Amino acid sequence: MSVATPIRPAARRPAAAGSRKPRRRSLTLTIVTAFVLIYSLLPLAWLLISATKTQDGLFSSFGLWFAGDFALFDNIADTFAYQDGIFARWLLNTLLYVVVGAGGATLLAALAGYGLAKFDFAGRRVVFALVLSGIAVPPTALAVPTFLMFAKLGLTDTAWAVIIPTLVSPFGLYLMWTYATEAVPNEILESARVDGAGEFKTFFSLALPLLAPGIVTVLLFNTVMTWNNFFLPLIMLKDSDLFPLTVGLYSWSEQATTVGGEVVFNLVITGSLLTIVPLIVAFLLLQRYWQSGLAAGSVKQ
Amino acid sequence: MLTRRSWIGWQFTGPFLAVFALVFLAPIGYSAYLSLFRTRLVGGTAFVGLENYTKALSDPQFWDALSRVVIFLAVQVPIMLFLALLIALAIDSGRLYGAAFFRISVFLPYAVPAVVAALMWGFMYGTRIGLVGNLNEAFGVTLPDPLSPDLILTSIGNIVTWEFVGYNMIILYSGLRVVDTALYEAAAIDGAGQFRIIRAIKLPALRGPLVVATIFSIVGSFQLFNEPQILDTLAPNSITTYFTPNVYAYQLSFAGQQINYSATIALVMGVLTMVVAYLFQRRSLKGVA
Repeated sequence: MSVATPIRPAARRPAAAGSRKPRRRSLTLTIVTAFVLIYSLLPLAWLLISATKTQDGLFSSFGLWFAGDFALFDNIADTFAYQDGIFARWLLNTLLYVVVGAGGATLLAALAGYGLAKFDFAGRRVVFALVLSGIAVPPTALAVPTFLMFAKLGLTDTAWAVIIPTLVSPFGLYLMWTYATEAVPNEILESARVDGAGEFKTFFSLALPLLAPGIVTVLLFNTVMTWNNFFLPLIMLKDSDLFPLTVGLYSWSEQATTVGGEVVFNLVITGSLLTIVPLIVAFLLLQRYWQSGLAAGSVKQ
Repeated sequence: MLTRRSWIGWQFTGPFLAVFALVFLAPIGYSAYLSLFRTRLVGGTAFVGLENYTKALSDPQFWDALSRVVIFLAVQVPIMLFLALLIALAIDSGRLYGAAFFRISVFLPYAVPAVVAALMWGFMYGTRIGLVGNLNEAFGVTLPDPLSPDLILTSIGNIVTWEFVGYNMIILYSGLRVVDTALYEAAAIDGAGQFRIIRAIKLPALRGPLVVATIFSIVGSFQLFNEPQILDTLAPNSITTYFTPNVYAYQLSFAGQQINYSATIALVMGVLTMVVAYLFQRRSLKGVA
């Protein structure tokens, strides 16, 4: 989106900020803001506590405190054992979609962003306009049209149906373009050319290390988007062996509404917890990257 | 030299463009094509021109879905953005204890998939195993059921607010971080209080980030799908098959087998979303570089 401001490789407040005198802290303001903190964390606490309860315990105990028996490990074991261990399959599917889909999307974005930033070629402006308008197209709006086309091509109900659409991230490309423009000096490329190195060799050996922080940012957001993807796999897949975690959890929850379907709230809750733990860990470890990514002004919801 | 470079540039961008054409341009083109046909029980598929579009315009279910997301946009988005603004200002004020902890914790729900967020809140809303049930029991009251048809949209609004308030807060907070702090010091020397500084310096600086946050919220509202679709498993009577335009397009493709009309609805909503977002951006950035 054209309103987004480009990020700088290390988006930080100017050095002057460091000299800012520490202001008096306010207990009142902290307490008032703490209400929002509770709002944000309470559901996660509920999920964590509920994952320690048996199905009976869920119905008979207060939601924000533990039931008598601590069943977290039983629940985790049951989650992985239920329906011949399909949860592990969903976890592996999600990992496959993330590694190939999000990883591939990041590689394509890095190559194309670098290409747009460092080479002047016929049609470059058209490519750029195309990509910018691509950022404005909501991915959910594309789910049904892509499904209809893939159905015609016979691609639905395959892993490719989930992977191929996630391979393209116009916003990732935009981010890589702004990053490559600033982080890779033209002089380095010129001297590599003088030395007779091929353009792709130069990219992989010289440019790629310089682009690393930008790549981690794009990879992180692509990972979150792929890991959390729901509409696209829901519409594309019928075979439960191909489901990612999100669609799998949905199908377990859906069982409760079908006649004769087994109610497995404790497994839905434990499965939900297991689904979010890797991402929360990733976000906590990679804070620097998502903050600079969001500072770029916009990441797709 | 230039021609070689030209060829190299295409080699770098080519792979991206090939996939882009396959999953962006082709589906849109194919849907536009599908939207011009209709399959009848008798007579098979026939070209009908713009009939699917005129049908959408007079389809009460489509209008019901559209008006629901417009209401959602008008109510939920301002509340969420106002909340995000307050937190961003509080954290940036430098007067909070543990500001970094606040920033991370409020953002954390963004990492939670919509599926998990909707299931989690859906359970908590429940009167059987949820907190609403707990409260009813503990106090002997009967609170209104958040999953009832009357309240379900509000309940979805709460889930979406929970998911994205921290994300919007970070966008606004990043906008505040680039303001030169010398401005605050100068204002303080001139005797300006905190609220004056917010009004005169911080809010104007946040105009661009607020526009970005609003645009993504417009897109999110118009394209609402995940939360209602998932809550449907916990409250089947409250979510209609045309709850939002996306739910409607999904149902038409699957339950209804009306792929031509489904393509039309998806296309109309995609274009409508982009047009509204574009007009909003133009209006609100008028006069800003």
